[in-house]
Amino acid sequence: MNREVVVDVRELTMRYGRRLVHDRISLQVYRGEIFAIVGGSGSGKTTLMREMALLQRPTSGRVSVLGRDAYALSERESLALRQHIGVLFQHGALFSELTVAENVAVPLREHTALGSAFINELAMLKIALTGLAHESAQLYPSQLSGGMIKRAGLARAIALDPELLFLDEPVSGLDPLSADALDELILSLKTALGLTIVMVTHDMDSLWRVADRVVLLGDGRVLGEGSMDELARSADPAVRRFFRSPRSRAAHQAWIPV
Amino acid sequence: MERPGKKQQQVAGMRIATDRVDCLGPWTATGLGQVAWLASRASVPGAGTVHIDVTALTGIDSAGALVLHRLRCRLEREGRGTVFDGLSEAMGSLLDLVARHAPAEAGVAAPVRRGYLEDLGRLSVGLMGQGAGFLSFIGRTAITAGAVFVGPRRARWRPFFKNLEASGYRALPIVGLLAFLLGVVIAYQGGVQLRQYGANVYIADLVGLAMLRELAPLITAIIVAGRTGASFTAEIGTMKVSDEIGALRTMGIDPVEQLVLPKLAALVIALPLLTVWADFMGLFGGVVIANSALGLSPAVFVERVGESVSLASYVIGVGKAPVFAAIITGIGCFQGFRVTDSAESVGRQTTVSVVQSIFLVIVVDAVFSVVFSEMGL
Repeated sequence: MNREVVVDVRELTMRYGRRLVHDRISLQVYRGEIFAIVGGSGSGKTTLMREMALLQRPTSGRVSVLGRDAYALSERESLALRQHIGVLFQHGALFSELTVAENVAVPLREHTALGSAFINELAMLKIALTGLAHESAQLYPSQLSGGMIKRAGLARAIALDPELLFLDEPVSGLDPLSADALDELILSLKTALGLTIVMVTHDMDSLWRVADRVVLLGDGRVLGEGSMDELARSADPAVRRFFRSPRSRAAHQAWIPV
Repeated sequence: MERPGKKQQQVAGMRIATDRVDCLGPWTATGLGQVAWLASRASVPGAGTVHIDVTALTGIDSAGALVLHRLRCRLEREGRGTVFDGLSEAMGSLLDLVARHAPAEAGVAAPVRRGYLEDLGRLSVGLMGQGAGFLSFIGRTAITAGAVFVGPRRARWRPFFKNLEASGYRALPIVGLLAFLLGVVIAYQGGVQLRQYGANVYIADLVGLAMLRELAPLITAIIVAGRTGASFTAEIGTMKVSDEIGALRTMGIDPVEQLVLPKLAALVIALPLLTVWADFMGLFGGVVIANSALGLSPAVFVERVGESVSLASYVIGVGKAPVFAAIITGIGCFQGFRVTDSAESVGRQTTVSVVQSIFLVIVVDAVFSVVFSEMGL
C-alpha cells in the first residue's frame, strides 16, 4: 500500500509528572480512511487525539499532520494548518452564547472573506448536511438534546471543509438509534466530502460499522493495530480480551456488512 | 482540495462571456472572497444554454459548490439551460450533495432581533416574576425555619458549623484588614481638618461614631456579600447543574432545610461577630493614626470614644448585622436556586447575587439611618 499518509506519529512520548501516558508510540493515518483509537479508560485515547489535533504538545516525539511537523510550526503556520482540521469535542463544546447557526458560522466569519448572507447560507447547508432540522438552527445549545449537540458540533467542525476530522467519542451518551444515525452520518460525510477521520470511541457497534482501521492502546503502547476483523482474530491475549469480550462479540454479530 | 504550505493561494475568479462562465482558481471557503457575491449578481450575455466551465478550478469545497449550485439555479430561473464542462466525478457528487441539502434561499432567516419595547416588557415581567419568586422563597424558608425551631432534632449541625467556619472564621483576616484601613483613612482625613482648629481630641469622636454606627457594619456586610453570598450562589447553582438538588429531593431531604437554613443560621451569628471585630480593628486604625499623626495617646482616645459613642449607637451598629446577614443569605441562596442547567448560568447568577445583595444592604442601611434618626436614637 502506498497511500498518502495524513497523520504520521513517530516515537511519541507523553508523561504527566511521573505517569507515563504514551511510551514511544508510532502510527500512521492514511488519506480517506476512518481511523479509530480504542482502549480502556485512562489509556490515553483522548490525549493521543489531542496531540494529533495540535491541541496538546507531547513530551517528546514527532507528529506530522498533512505533511507538516505539527509542533515545529510558527504561530501563523499552525493557524493555517488548523484551518484544515476539524474537531468534534466529546461534549460538543458549542459556544453557549450563540445559536447553532451562529456557532457554525464562527470559523467562516473568522477565516473567510465571504459576505454575511452567504456565510449564513453556508452555515445552513452544513446544518442540513448533519441532518439537523432547519428550525434547530435558531436554538441555543442549552435547548438541544445530546444527539443534536453532537450534530451541531459536527456541523461546526466541517464548516471550513477540513481535510482531517477528529471525533472525540462521537456516539457516547446517545441512544442506540441516534448513535446508529450518527454512524451513518459520519460514513456519508466521509465519502461526500472526502474526509479523513480520526475517532476515539468506546462503542463496539460504531467500531464494526465505520472504522476502517483500529488501534488499541494500553499501558502506554500500541497493543494492536488493524481492521476490526484482524484484531478480532488476533492471538495476542490483551487484544483478545478487548475484542472478544461479550459486548464486542454481540456487536460483531449485530453488524451486517453491506 | 489545496494543501496547506503549497503557496498557490491565488484568488478565485470567474470569466463571463456569451453563454459561457469560466471558473478559475480555488473555489474554497477561504479562497472565494468576492466571487460568491459576483456569482449571485452577474448576468451572462446571450440567450442560449450557458456552459459553466470548471476545468480551470484548482480546488473546490462545499462553499464553492454552493456558489455553483446557486449560479445554476439562478440561470435556470432566468430560463437558461446550464451545462457543466470539465466536471469530475468527485465534483459532481459534491455538487449533488450540496444541491440536496442547500437551504431554500428565502428560508435563511437571520436571528430575530428584539425591539426595545419588547425588551422592556420582558424585563418587567421577568423582574416581577423574580420578585414573586423571592417572596415565596422567603416564605418557604420561614416555614422550614419554624419547623426546625419547634423540632430542633431536625437541625443540621454539621453544615451549620462548616458554614460558620467558612463564612465567619475564615473572613476574619480580610474583614479586619479592611476595617483597620478604613479607620486609618477616616482618622487621617478627618485629622487634617480637625488639626486646623486645634480640635485634635475630637478625632476619637469622629472615628468612633463613624465606625461603630455606620461603616463597620456596612463594610463587613459588603465584604461578606462578595465573599460568602457569591459562594452560596455558586455552591447551590453548581449543585443544581449537577442534579444534586434533585438527588436530595428524591431522598426526601428538603433542600431548603439542608442547604439554606444552616447558611442562614451561621451567617446571622457570624456577621454580628465579624462586625464587632471590624469595630475593634477600625478603632485600632484610628488609635494608630491619632497617636502617630495627631499626638493623641491611646488612653485618651479610648476614653473619648467611651464618652462620645452612646451604647445605643453601638447596639444599632451591631444590631443591623443580622438583618444584613438575612439579606445576603436570602439573595445568595435564591439566586443559586434560579440557576438553570448550564454552567454559564452559575456565573451569571453569582454576579446577579453579589450586585443585588450589596444594593439591598446599602438601601436597607439608608432606611435604618433615617428611621433611627427620626426616632432620636
